[in-house]
Amino acid sequence: MCDTINNIINIVGKEVVRTVIGLVGVFIVVLGNAIMLTWTERKVAGHIQRRIGPKEVGPFGLLQSFADSVKLLGKELLTPANVEKPLYYLAPTLIFVPVLVTFVVIPFDGFLQVKDINTGILVILAFSSLTVLSILIGGWGSDNKYSLIGAVRSVAQNIAYEIPLLLSLLPIIFMANSFSLRDVVEAQKGLWFVVYQPIAFLIFFIASVAETNRTPFDLPEAESELVAGFHTEYSGMRFSLFFLAEYTNMFIVSAIAVTFFLGGYQGPILPGVVWFFMKTYLLVFVLLWFRWTFPRVRFDQLLNFSWKILIPVSFLNLLVTGGILKL
Amino acid sequence: MRVVADIIKGAYSLIVGMGVTIRAFFSPVVTCQYPRETVNISPRFRCHTKLVGDPENPDRTKCIVCGMCERNCPSHSIKKVEGEKKEGEKKKTATSYILDFTTCSQCGICVESCPVDALEFSDDYNPVGLKREDFHYDLVKEYEKRKKAV
Repeated sequence: MCDTINNIINIVGKEVVRTVIGLVGVFIVVLGNAIMLTWTERKVAGHIQRRIGPKEVGPFGLLQSFADSVKLLGKELLTPANVEKPLYYLAPTLIFVPVLVTFVVIPFDGFLQVKDINTGILVILAFSSLTVLSILIGGWGSDNKYSLIGAVRSVAQNIAYEIPLLLSLLPIIFMANSFSLRDVVEAQKGLWFVVYQPIAFLIFFIASVAETNRTPFDLPEAESELVAGFHTEYSGMRFSLFFLAEYTNMFIVSAIAVTFFLGGYQGPILPGVVWFFMKTYLLVFVLLWFRWTFPRVRFDQLLNFSWKILIPVSFLNLLVTGGILKL
Repeated sequence: MRVVADIIKGAYSLIVGMGVTIRAFFSPVVTCQYPRETVNISPRFRCHTKLVGDPENPDRTKCIVCGMCERNCPSHSIKKVEGEKKEGEKKKTATSYILDFTTCSQCGICVESCPVDALEFSDDYNPVGLKREDFHYDLVKEYEKRKKAV
């Protein structure tokens, strides 16, 4: 058995085996996370509204997400008559690519990282902005006015909030002196960057809520105005891919926030992975908490907030950080 | 300056809102898990009427078959209030009392008009049936069933 494995490793090379195993692990994390989060979201929503949420399927309703996914898998894949077929089919698949790629560079622990790319942060930012492309494609291809409005809103919103997102990460890169995510985490050995950069953290978190299209910035979906926004015309498994991507995106922005501001996998006593997931899920809980507290903002408020407040403040923050570091 | 004040005020209001929801998150649940548990019916709850048993003789109800309820019912929902005089007893004993619950509006005039207080509202709040006749209750039979169950 061992010989066979060694032979395989010798033939295809260590790097390939490592990447394949890593990708399998990433898939497991993505699916497990989505299944966990759908349940958590409903439980948190329930308790905030002082009811108990799902409880019938399995203990504490833990198997509810499995029941839901089986139902969604069993549903017919409806394709409306006038859709732009290639775009319509491409969108749900495309939304999953950036999600998987971003996972590759996130350091879950000192050694637990699929690949440490020395421009890791650029990879994350470049690929996470691909999400908006698939939303645009899906909304455009659906031949539905609600989908189109949702998609157009999403584009405007993502462009507006990508800028403060980037600008709030730049001071961290200044301070860590590296684009690699592992170096950023290692630079936080003494004090977490959130202590040095509270404003950047705040801006990053607000912008990432907008990037993941979560309430109070869920204008692309806006179920009370736009039916379901860009995924109005999607059903069955295609819809659940959008859903899965949303929950994975929540995990990713929280993981990036943890990596950049909250010390990543660092923490006393417990192993790094445990610390990483604990911090990440704490932030995810905050995202859920936001969703069940805040009402949706109006579209002009949304854009004004980004262009008039977040971007100037993050520029100022960058300037001050640069000045202090130079001194 | 006004912008800064607005931001601080807005941020404060957001924090207050989050305080409200997190307090709700940790406070006990207020819903009742219906098929698993039921709420207590309040004593004034009005469902269909039922006949009250005679405390001296539990075999019969308090009803003396005077027909006041039948006469006073505004929707004519009470029919066939009939009874017979049993040997050794001064009052009549009800043998049939049909309440058509489909037309009853739970106004309570029958309960009020009963001279011997033989009627009261039951707390059977979830009667179900597949046809109209399922809601034509014979209250005497219903009383006997209740008596057996005790």
